[in-house]
Amino acid sequence: MNIVVLVKQVPDTYSERKLSDADSTLDRDSADAVLDEINEKAVEQALQIKEAGEGEVTVVCVGPDRATDAIRKALSMGADKAVHVCDDALHGSDVLATAKVIAAAIGKGDAPDLVLAGNEATDGGGGAIPAILSELLGLPQLTHAREVSIEGQTVKATRETDEGLTYLEANLPAIVSVAEKINEPRYPSFKGIMAAKKKPVDTFTVADLGVDAGEVGLGNAWSAVTEAAPKPPRAAGQKAEDEGDGGTKIAEYLVTQKLI
Amino acid sequence: MVPVERLLPNREAADLLKLVTEIAREELAPISAEYEAAERFPREQFRLLGRSGLLGLPYQERWGGAGLGYEVYLACLEELAAAWMTVGVGLSVHTMSCYALAEYGTDAQRDRWLPDMLGGELLGGYALSETNAGSDPASMSTRADAEGARYRINGTKAWITHGGVADYYKLMARTGEGSHGISCFLVDAGIPGLEATPPEKKMGLTGSPTTQLVFSNVEVEGDRLLGEEGQGLPIALSALDSGRLGIAACAVGLARAALDEAVAYAKGRSQFGRPIADFQGIEFLLADMAAGVETGRAMYVDAARRRDAGLAFAKQASIAKLVATDAAMKVTTDAVQVFGGAGYTRDFPVERYLREAKVPQIFEGTNQIQRMVIARHLKSS
Ligand SMILES: Cc1cc2nc3c(=O)[nH]c(=O)nc-3n(C[C@H](O)[C@H](O)[C@H](O)COP(=O)(O)OP(=O)(O)OC[C@H]3O[C@@H](n4cnc5c(N)ncnc54)[C@H](O)[C@@H]3O)c2cc1C
Ligand SMILES: Cc1cc2nc3c(=O)[nH]c(=O)nc-3n(C[C@H](O)[C@H](O)[C@H](O)COP(=O)(O)OP(=O)(O)OC[C@H]3O[C@@H](n4cnc5c(N)ncnc54)[C@H](O)[C@@H]3O)c2cc1C
Repeated sequence: MNIVVLVKQVPDTYSERKLSDADSTLDRDSADAVLDEINEKAVEQALQIKEAGEGEVTVVCVGPDRATDAIRKALSMGADKAVHVCDDALHGSDVLATAKVIAAAIGKGDAPDLVLAGNEATDGGGGAIPAILSELLGLPQLTHAREVSIEGQTVKATRETDEGLTYLEANLPAIVSVAEKINEPRYPSFKGIMAAKKKPVDTFTVADLGVDAGEVGLGNAWSAVTEAAPKPPRAAGQKAEDEGDGGTKIAEYLVTQKLI
Repeated sequence: MVPVERLLPNREAADLLKLVTEIAREELAPISAEYEAAERFPREQFRLLGRSGLLGLPYQERWGGAGLGYEVYLACLEELAAAWMTVGVGLSVHTMSCYALAEYGTDAQRDRWLPDMLGGELLGGYALSETNAGSDPASMSTRADAEGARYRINGTKAWITHGGVADYYKLMARTGEGSHGISCFLVDAGIPGLEATPPEKKMGLTGSPTTQLVFSNVEVEGDRLLGEEGQGLPIALSALDSGRLGIAACAVGLARAALDEAVAYAKGRSQFGRPIADFQGIEFLLADMAAGVETGRAMYVDAARRRDAGLAFAKQASIAKLVATDAAMKVTTDAVQVFGGAGYTRDFPVERYLREAKVPQIFEGTNQIQRMVIARHLKSS
C-alpha cells in the first residue's frame, strides 16, 4: 500500500500570528513554525494503516526552506520518505496553483493507493486542497473523516460535518481528508528522530515538476487580499446584578439580542 | 514559557529538545498544579517519557540508551522541570538509579536488566539515606548478609524518592564494617519482604512520593550485587556527582518558570497608574532573578561540558548544584514578592514554586555538604 500524506508547516498556534505589511500574505518569520496538527493526525492515520498491514508512507510538502523542520517531524513520527517542493516562485500561491504543484509532486513517485490530508490548515487555509486535488488526479474524495478504515480495495470513512454523520465508501486509489477527531497523533521518539536523519527527502523546484512558473505565485493568484485589520480586542461583557431577578434579566437580554 | 536559545551540538539534539518541550507544554504543564495539590504521582506521564526514549538519554545505545552527552540530557531535564519539578527530579533520580548497573555492572548483568531500565517504561529509585544516616551515609545500618550464593537484607531506608511507585531500587547496604563495608544492589520493588511506608507529608514536591523502604529478610541472588563487595560507597558518591548536575538543571528550570511568571505578572499589574514592571524596584528584582537563572544554567552547562569531554567535574558539579539551587530559592521567593498578596495564594503557581525550591538545597547532599566537597577539592589541589 503506497500512502501519500500532504503536510504543511504553519505558525505555531501558541505564538502571535500576523500578516506581512508588504503583501498581506502570512508573515511566516514572525512566529515559530510547526507541523500543522491536523497533518500530524493525517500522518498518524497513515502510520496506523501501515502498521495494520503493510505499506510505505511518503509525505509531500510544499513550502519554504525551513519547512524541512516539519518534514523531519513527520519522518521522526515514522513516515518513510518525503518530497519537498521548495521554490521562491511559489510565495503567495493560491489554492489552485498549490494543488497543481502537489498533483505534479505526487506524479513524480509511484501512483499512490491512498492520499491523506488534513481537512484544512490552521493558517491561511482554504480547506479546498483535497477537493481540487481529487479533480486534478481524477480520484474519489472522502472529506472531513473522523474515522477511516481500509478493507481490501475499499476505503470507508465516517464524514462529520455540521449537518451530521455520513458514511462514505470508495474504491482505492482515493483521497481522504481527516478532521480534528480522527485520532491522537503519537509523539516521535528519540529513536525516530535519529532514524529520520537517514530517510530520503527529494527536493523539487517548480520547473523540476514541469509546472509553468506563470501559473504559480502571488502575481498569478486568482484571489488577493486587498486589506486586513487585526481582530478588535474583545469588548467587556455586560454585567447584570442579581437581585433575585437574575434569570429575568438574562432572558430580557437574550430577547434584545433576538436569541429567544 | 519563554523559549531558551541554546547552543546545541547538532540538529538531532535540537529536534530532541523540541520533542521534550512539546511534551512538557502539552502533557505536563497543564496538569502539574492539580496533581501536586492531590499528591498524585504522574506514573502514566513517565511511561510516555519511556515510549519517547527519554528514560535513558545519557547511557549507551547498546543497552537501550540514547548515547547523549550530559549537556543535552541536562537541557532536557531543565525543560521538564520548568513544566513540572516532580517530573524533572523524577527523571534525574531514575537516571541515577541506572548509574551503578550501567557503569559498574558486568556485561551479563547489563544485558539482562539495563535495556528495560533505559529503553522501556520501568521507573527506578535509589536508596542510600537512612533516618540516622543522611549527610553521613557511611554510618548506615541496613545490612546485606551473605548466605551462600545469596544475600539477606534487613533494615530501613529513608527519604526514598519513588518509594512505592518504582519498579526497582538501587540499594546501598552494609556487607561489612566501616565505609569500605558498603555494597550496591539492584532490587526488584515487588520482592517479598520489601515494603514502602506511606509517603512523608512534605511542604512541596508533593506529587513525588518520598517513603521509607522497610527490608525484612529480603533475599536476593548473588548476581544482584553491582560492582565488588565494599565498593558501594564510592559508587554512590560517584553517582551523586552526576546526580547533582541533574538537580542543578532542575533547579534552573524551576527558577526559570518562576521568572517567566513574575515578568508576565509585572507587565500586566498596574499600581500608581503604571505597570509595576516600570518601577525600578521591580526591574532590579527581575534583573537579579534573570541573573540567578542564567548563572545556574552557565554552571551546569560548564560542568556538563567537562564531563562530556572526559575531564574531572566533581567540583564543578557541586558548585553548579550549590549555585543553581540557592538561586532557585531566591528567585522563587522574589517571584512571590513580585506578585504581592496574590503570590501568597494558591491561585498562582509561584507559592508552589517557592515550596518546591526548598528541597533541592537539601537532597543529593545538602548545600553545606556541597561546600565541604568544594573545599576538599580546593585543599587537595
Ligand atoms: C524530598 C526528598 C527526597 C529525597 N530522595 C532521596 C532518595 O531518593 N534517595 C536517598 O537516598 N535519599 C533521598 N533523600 C535524602 C536526602 O539526601 C537527605 O535528606 C540529605 O542527604 C540530608 O540528610 P538528612 O536529612 O539526614 O539531614 P542531616 O544530615 O541530619 O543534616 C541536617 C543539617 O545539618 C547539616 N550538616 C550535616 N553534616 C554537616 C557537616 N559535616 N557540616 C556542616 N553541616 C552539616 C546539613 O547540611 C543540614 O543542614 C531525599 C530527601 C528529601 C527531603
Ligand atoms: C495574608 C494576607 C493578609 C492581608 N490582610 C490584610 C488586611 O487585613 N487588610 C488589608 O487592608 N489588607 C490586607 N492584605 C493586603 C496587603 O496589604 C497587600 O497584599 C499589600 O499591600 C500588597 O498589595 P498587592 O497585593 O496589591 O500587591 P501590589 O501592590 O500589586 O504589589 C506587587 C509588587 O509590586 C511592588 N510595587 C508596587 N508598587 C511599587 C512601587 N511604586 N515601586 C516599587 N515596587 C512596587 C510591590 O512591592 C510588590 O512586590 C493582606 C494580604 C495578605 C497576603
